[in-house]
Amino acid sequence: MSALNQLTIAAARDALRKGETSSAELTEACLSAIEGAGALNAFVHKTPEIARERAAAADARIKAGDAPSMCGIPVGIKDLFCTRGVPSQAASNILKNFKPEYESTVSEQLADAGAVMLGKLNMDEFAMGSSNETSCYGNAVNPWRRGNDDTALTPGGSSGGSASAVAADLCLAATGTDTGGSIRQPAAFTGITGIKPTYGRCSRWGIVAFASSLDQAGPMTKDVRDAAIMLQAMCGHDPKDSTSADLPVPDFEAALTGDIRGKKIGIPREYRMDGMPEEIEKLWADGTAMMKDAGAEIVDISLPHTKYALPAYYVVAPAEASSNLARYDGVRYGHRAKLAQGDGITEMYEKTRAEGFGHEVQRRVMIGTYVLSAGFYDAYYNRARKVRALIKRDFENVFADGIDAILTPATPSAAFGLGEMADADPIAMYLNDVFTVTVNLAGLPGIAVPTGLDRQGLPLGLQLIGRPWEEGDLLNHAYVLERAAGFVSKPAKWW
Amino acid sequence: MSIDTDTARKVAHLARIAVKEDDLPALAGELSAVLAFMEQLNEVDVEGVEPMTSVTPMRLKRREDVVTDGNMVDKILSNAPDAREGFFAVPKVVE
Repeated sequence: MSALNQLTIAAARDALRKGETSSAELTEACLSAIEGAGALNAFVHKTPEIARERAAAADARIKAGDAPSMCGIPVGIKDLFCTRGVPSQAASNILKNFKPEYESTVSEQLADAGAVMLGKLNMDEFAMGSSNETSCYGNAVNPWRRGNDDTALTPGGSSGGSASAVAADLCLAATGTDTGGSIRQPAAFTGITGIKPTYGRCSRWGIVAFASSLDQAGPMTKDVRDAAIMLQAMCGHDPKDSTSADLPVPDFEAALTGDIRGKKIGIPREYRMDGMPEEIEKLWADGTAMMKDAGAEIVDISLPHTKYALPAYYVVAPAEASSNLARYDGVRYGHRAKLAQGDGITEMYEKTRAEGFGHEVQRRVMIGTYVLSAGFYDAYYNRARKVRALIKRDFENVFADGIDAILTPATPSAAFGLGEMADADPIAMYLNDVFTVTVNLAGLPGIAVPTGLDRQGLPLGLQLIGRPWEEGDLLNHAYVLERAAGFVSKPAKWW
Repeated sequence: MSIDTDTARKVAHLARIAVKEDDLPALAGELSAVLAFMEQLNEVDVEGVEPMTSVTPMRLKRREDVVTDGNMVDKILSNAPDAREGFFAVPKVVE
């Protein structure tokens, strides 16, 4: 048996039920792995007391024979989730010392299922970023390296701490959130699995809002089965989120039959970008062949508005962010700037927000303010919402033609070096999300699965996109891809 | 659409973010670059397309208009930078 912190959720669950290990032992293994992994800067608030208390409670539950799948499983929680009495800062200085009096619905559901919270995970500030470099805690670091080169690489973002922690076996799994690719891109950069469910599957209540019409929570795990198990515990209707879907949650793990014979897999021609690295092309072609070998029918499809997804996203998301982040005014919680003699309330707002928000957040809030301002609302915001409707229609058309799932690369490259994009313009960083952002705009479920290594030994992933509310079917496609790819590589421990 | 220094100052003020006068030209440049990227949207024929209001076709739920909680002043004020006598405290707003 591998070290306890290296187990999958499924393996740990089975071992717990057989009495071969305890949640207390699993939890201690993870806590000591976390203690030894300061160099990764993944866990930014550790909660060992809460973890030990919950592990003991989970062990009692397992003993009593009342153990849901997540019972006793040690997990990390992205800092974007409000957790009662535990710092929840969205990696922003403006929420310094904020300790919520309430718990997010998703983290509450995980706790109710018996999951053990180990602490809070690093991320980009307010989930705005693709490299975890906008965090007030400093960069999270990818446990993977380019061969013997010790350049520190990004774990991706915004759920960079979650990705790093799962890939380095600091926890069995972690929560993430995904507004434009923030679960799938870091999952691909670190060789793990990450699923963003259909918009409305997971309650957004208690998750610090970035762009409310795009944000969704999801699990980041070591394999597809774990994604199914953990997603199950995170989903469900919540009256506290008016966009939460009042639909039954099927048994996702039971959907993993490994049989996709006769299914139609769409390969969208617009995702074949100019200048796409050969390795990504090959990864995609290999994945396509694997699906075909498994008995699926491969169909060339067109999603004609793909090119406009990123510009539409960079209107809609900042517009919503500028509204959502208006609440950080230095009055009710978080940071308030020291005021000079004679400063009034406007100076309080302006100084507080200048001190509390980092550069990328300020830029996005101002872009959002601009595109929503009088005279530009129609030209930018309404036009972007119309283009968004067309992007969604593209997907509806191919699904109406009988496509079951769409296969694409997850990212345009492998993980890059921290700081390497510092001088690039913001658009170059935004291109990281070129394959993932369409899925958020259309509200669809999408999953990233590791399927290969590049020539420098870094993981690469493919993305599968499913029909709305068909996460079970999507996970089954991912399960087939995972088994065919047989990706088992792990980063060599250097930290 | 390019943003000049005056527009950048106005946007910063609308967003209630203090930006130093010296930093405005650089900010204007950054905002212009992002807006130039968005110009691509003008290539799309959106004639007759309704702007998306909800990504999933569902009716917004309604709830009973009743009080479900209350009496938690301490909890609500527990994270306030300045709370006095059961209220949030701010600089003087009216002269």
